[in-house]
Amino acid sequence: MNNHDAPVTVDELHAYIDGELPADRQSAVSDWLAAHPQDAELVAAWRAQAESIRARYGSVASEPVPERLKLERLLQSGRRGSWTWRIVAAAAAVVAFLIGGGAGWIARGVSATAPSSFEMFTADALDAYKLYVVEVRHPVEVGGDERAHMKQWLSKRVGYPLNVPELQSIGLKLVGGRLLPGPTGEAAAFYMYEGPSGERFTVYCARLHSPQTGLRYRDETHAAAFFWVEDNVAYVVSGPADRDRLKKVTRAVWEQVDGRKS
Amino acid sequence: MAGFHQSVEATIPALRRYARALTRDADAADDLVQDTLVRALRSEHLFHGGDVRSWLYTILTNLNRNRLRSLARRPLLSPIEDNDAPDMAGPEAGGRDIERALATLVEDQRTALLLVVLEGLSYREVAEVQGVPIGTVMSRLARARVQIKAYLDGERPMLRRVK
Repeated sequence: MNNHDAPVTVDELHAYIDGELPADRQSAVSDWLAAHPQDAELVAAWRAQAESIRARYGSVASEPVPERLKLERLLQSGRRGSWTWRIVAAAAAVVAFLIGGGAGWIARGVSATAPSSFEMFTADALDAYKLYVVEVRHPVEVGGDERAHMKQWLSKRVGYPLNVPELQSIGLKLVGGRLLPGPTGEAAAFYMYEGPSGERFTVYCARLHSPQTGLRYRDETHAAAFFWVEDNVAYVVSGPADRDRLKKVTRAVWEQVDGRKS
Repeated sequence: MAGFHQSVEATIPALRRYARALTRDADAADDLVQDTLVRALRSEHLFHGGDVRSWLYTILTNLNRNRLRSLARRPLLSPIEDNDAPDMAGPEAGGRDIERALATLVEDQRTALLLVVLEGLSYREVAEVQGVPIGTVMSRLARARVQIKAYLDGERPMLRRVK
């Protein structure tokens, strides 16, 4: 009874029409509305709003699902989803980010609407990372002790002069490299580096005719990647999901591949 | 994970409805749904149980927020939709009113209202989707309703006179 007599709040009026009101307050609210016509009018207006919204949009759920939203189709097309909102970032953003700050560019949300090339390249690079990083005997096709040969061979296959970054200064030794199919059908070069405690990082790069972009970050449960495009080459640096460490490695790679212009 | 795919598939019609009301633009809505599905399928491994439907609503809500941000960054003038006009004369004119009224809402309020009244989510589920306490959901809902009522009250006298 006590509960019934407590005054009705506005929150309760909303809860009443949304079916969120506790059972022991139902009758209190209906009695209240019978005695307070202004509140009753408000509730009626809110209900009418909800009705209009359902009348306007409810039928969309009964429309046939368009072909492009069919699940089988999406599963088949795999990583080549269509991305509507393309954000073109300036190369300067890479610099800004690497020098410090620039965090806005790598907010996780940004990756959600990033161009498909970002999604495609990072997905392929992370797949390659996860596949080969666990290989003990044959992680690479050409060993790091044949750096010159590897550079020459891979450059020939990808069709542009590669620069195989030297990462000894940050404690990473070149394990070697291999050739992979790239997401756009062109060949991709893939290098692997190893740190003192066995942790591995990979660099994946392939031609991509696209404007330069800022640095983008993508992480998964056990792996993460930084991506950028420069001089029509897309780069993805992948490693364990430790963002600070990966950023350091990325910076070292970026400085060296960027150096090939000068 | 066949169960996962089935749950995703079963939610597609509702996602389309929600996206249509959020964007009030059929193409943008389906783009949003497509991106949501692509993202969900790709991050399936991140989904550790729970309600697939709520998770999809969460992804779509976040993608829409990003979409609005990127639209805001480069101001695109999108036409107020007068293109679906023919069937909207007469008694259906109310549909246009509610559409315009929804357009006047702040994004978080519109999202909360649509999830509750159109999608039938509980306050708790909406709180999870929006990543805020239930009290915040309730105040968004209340503000949305006040705003819509004010908008419609401002419009209605003219319509009534026509009748």
